[in-house]
Amino acid sequence: MSDAPMIGKKTTDTKDTPLPNAVPDLATSHLDLETPDKPYLDSNELILNMGPQHPATHGVLRVILKLDGEKVMGTECVIGYLHRGVEKIGENRTYTMFNPYVDRMDYCAAVSNGLGYCEAVEKLLNIEAPERAQYIRVILTELQRLASHQLWLGTHALDIGAMTPLFYTFRDREEILKIFEKYCGARLTTHAFRIGGCQYEIYAGFEKDVKNFLAFFPPKLDEYEALLTGNRIWIERTKNVGVISGKDCIALGVTGPVLRASGVKWDIRKAVPYANYSKFDFEIPVGTNGDTYDRYLVRIAEMRQSLRIVEQAVNGIPEGPIMAKVPKVIKPAVGEIYHSIEAPKGELGYFIVSDGSTQPYRMRVRPPSFVNLQALDVMVRGALVADVVAVIGTFDIVLGEVDR
Amino acid sequence: MNALTSYLGSKVTPGQAGNQLWALIYVFIIFAGVALTVMWLINWVERKALAHFQVRLGPMRVGPHGLLQPFADALKLMLKEDIIPDEADALVFWVAPVIGLLAAFTVYTVIPFGPSQAVSDMNIGILFMLGVSSLGVLGIVTAGWASNSHYPLIGALRSSAQMVSYEVAMGLAVVSAILMTSLNAQGSGTLSMIGIVRAQQEQHVWFLFKFFPLGLIAFVIFAIAMVAETNRAPFDLPEAESELTAGFHTEYSGLRWSLFMLAEYAAMMAVSAIAVTLWLGGWMHPFPNFLSSPAWEFIFSLFPGLSFAGFAAIAFIGAVRMPSQAFFRIQRAGLAVFAALLGLIALLLLAIAVAGRANDASIASRFREGIDYVYWFLLKIAVFMYLFIWYRATWPRYRFDQLMKVGWKVMLPISLGVLILTAIVGVIF
Repeated sequence: MSDAPMIGKKTTDTKDTPLPNAVPDLATSHLDLETPDKPYLDSNELILNMGPQHPATHGVLRVILKLDGEKVMGTECVIGYLHRGVEKIGENRTYTMFNPYVDRMDYCAAVSNGLGYCEAVEKLLNIEAPERAQYIRVILTELQRLASHQLWLGTHALDIGAMTPLFYTFRDREEILKIFEKYCGARLTTHAFRIGGCQYEIYAGFEKDVKNFLAFFPPKLDEYEALLTGNRIWIERTKNVGVISGKDCIALGVTGPVLRASGVKWDIRKAVPYANYSKFDFEIPVGTNGDTYDRYLVRIAEMRQSLRIVEQAVNGIPEGPIMAKVPKVIKPAVGEIYHSIEAPKGELGYFIVSDGSTQPYRMRVRPPSFVNLQALDVMVRGALVADVVAVIGTFDIVLGEVDR
Repeated sequence: MNALTSYLGSKVTPGQAGNQLWALIYVFIIFAGVALTVMWLINWVERKALAHFQVRLGPMRVGPHGLLQPFADALKLMLKEDIIPDEADALVFWVAPVIGLLAAFTVYTVIPFGPSQAVSDMNIGILFMLGVSSLGVLGIVTAGWASNSHYPLIGALRSSAQMVSYEVAMGLAVVSAILMTSLNAQGSGTLSMIGIVRAQQEQHVWFLFKFFPLGLIAFVIFAIAMVAETNRAPFDLPEAESELTAGFHTEYSGLRWSLFMLAEYAAMMAVSAIAVTLWLGGWMHPFPNFLSSPAWEFIFSLFPGLSFAGFAAIAFIGAVRMPSQAFFRIQRAGLAVFAALLGLIALLLLAIAVAGRANDASIASRFREGIDYVYWFLLKIAVFMYLFIWYRATWPRYRFDQLMKVGWKVMLPISLGVLILTAIVGVIF
């Protein structure tokens, strides 16, 4: 029986380097949970079980921390508490029937999930949504990105101890959810899009509502920034916390704002344009240090860019149909497709294998949160317990998407 | 009976007068007053103020504008099942909140609400206060230890390190204020809480403004350290919710948990009282030297009554503005009664102020004086309590190492420097 449970690399390797840039051998990372609990009070190392019920794990993530005092020697994520077998359900439903299920993965960004799925199936069917539908899709998806980032900002700030931003962001997120509700009747799991376009025509006054929001939101964004961006405690808590290099991000498959904050200019909206993003003028904000503060700034800047996209889109909605010609029974030809979009949290990909029947032969989702989460260990080694909370928050994980 | 009446004319504290009976009465009044203020008033104000900072309404259902919510909560806490974890050290687990509570309440024996409105005027008053209030950490440490669980343990360790560190800066800031008391003709300083306020009276200046900005810096150091000392945001690491779920009281529930809360809020008021006594002139009303003519005295003595009249007006407006549905009928009536009650208190206080305006030895005059002193003292404490709530709504939480850095590398050198400068300036002038 070993003295103390080991996680990943030997602790002596990481003792002097607070945040190793080398990617640890995650395959061998496991915790010896079979060993009965030692009387911990007289040992230096402490196994702290954070979650699955814990205020800062954003749902039911369980993180096992090995601590030396307050210093984190290693972590292990235990996931699956919210596993619903979404992928398997997808293989037992027709293409149309599975559409609402994807909303339940990242329930904070349901519209984005739906967009990715609908586009993947459209690609498989070799059809394209009409221009008008594309515009509606872009507006709603970018609004969803704003809502998702707002939720992230509020909860992230709450994790770091600032109670108030949470209420401000929720107050303003409400305006977006109202637009969703008016558009499709639902606020959270919207099921806004259909394969081949949109089911609903925009309601009368949709454009006015969106334009009102565009005027309403920037001052609120400044308000959040006034509370946090220059706040000394906020800067101290986030600067140089959870640093990860662009190289490590790529090695670990990290995408989204986390990747961009590390200086890698990779945004699928620009790199592999989908929907009609190539028509809009926007920038990809990137960070330099790859720390929690940069990720915060990148997301704030992204919100401003999203507003730009929405503004361009809402002013240019063309006339025309909102549904392409889609067969009543969707039966794609034999083949496979991988389609990914830039969800608020990173690259959201759908890999669908069709055997020519009404149901996919294989449905695989590449969720950004799940992949990003594996960088947790790299980012928090040598940091303090409080940093673990900050780093979990900075990933913007949604456990529904991690566990699927 | 003799013991009861003989004290009435006296101008010193019951402790000094050697009157045990009155001392006991004072202890009872203070204990009941503090417990009620903490349990009801501060609880309600904190929830309401915090809610309004955060664009919420706060409690609205139990009683008009949630005024009875604290009582409902207290009842709930008392009726909750009292859980002691199997693995916990039952005796220590039981004792810990009591230690915290005792430490928090004992200090009230020397807090001078007025020149004679204190249980006792101890000649080592401030030392006693610092000493006893720092015993509160024992309650937290034992609670964390006895829980036999990881989160409380880490919380308790954080708390002990934090409180010990910040006590150093706090103590030095206090010493620089005490140095100022010795700047009189005899050159004799004092540690007595009442003596410190008297010294400010004699030197015609609140120590906040003495040797500007030295007194101010010492005060700011103390004001920061006292937030850390009471484990409030942004220094609430021992109970950091997002990290340690609830820190040292994770395993506590029901009445025991509420004892911790009571102790925390009582300690907040106690440290605010130290700050008020040392730097803000204790029980004195503003500008006691310029505005000391009988006319001004009379105007200042109207303040308590006017404040209550203001509260009554707010409650009355609230009652008027309540929606007129039948659902709110009882709430409206309740709020109106509450307004009337506040109005009655206001009238009583105004009557006392008018009756006792002649500065003689009459009972009314004595009463008027006492109410004035207590009012100004409590008003100054209330400002601090509001600041505590404000901090909590505004700031993120410090990380442990940053907290230590601020304590040892910033606050300690500054407070040492202020102490030395105060000593030098005091000798020169």
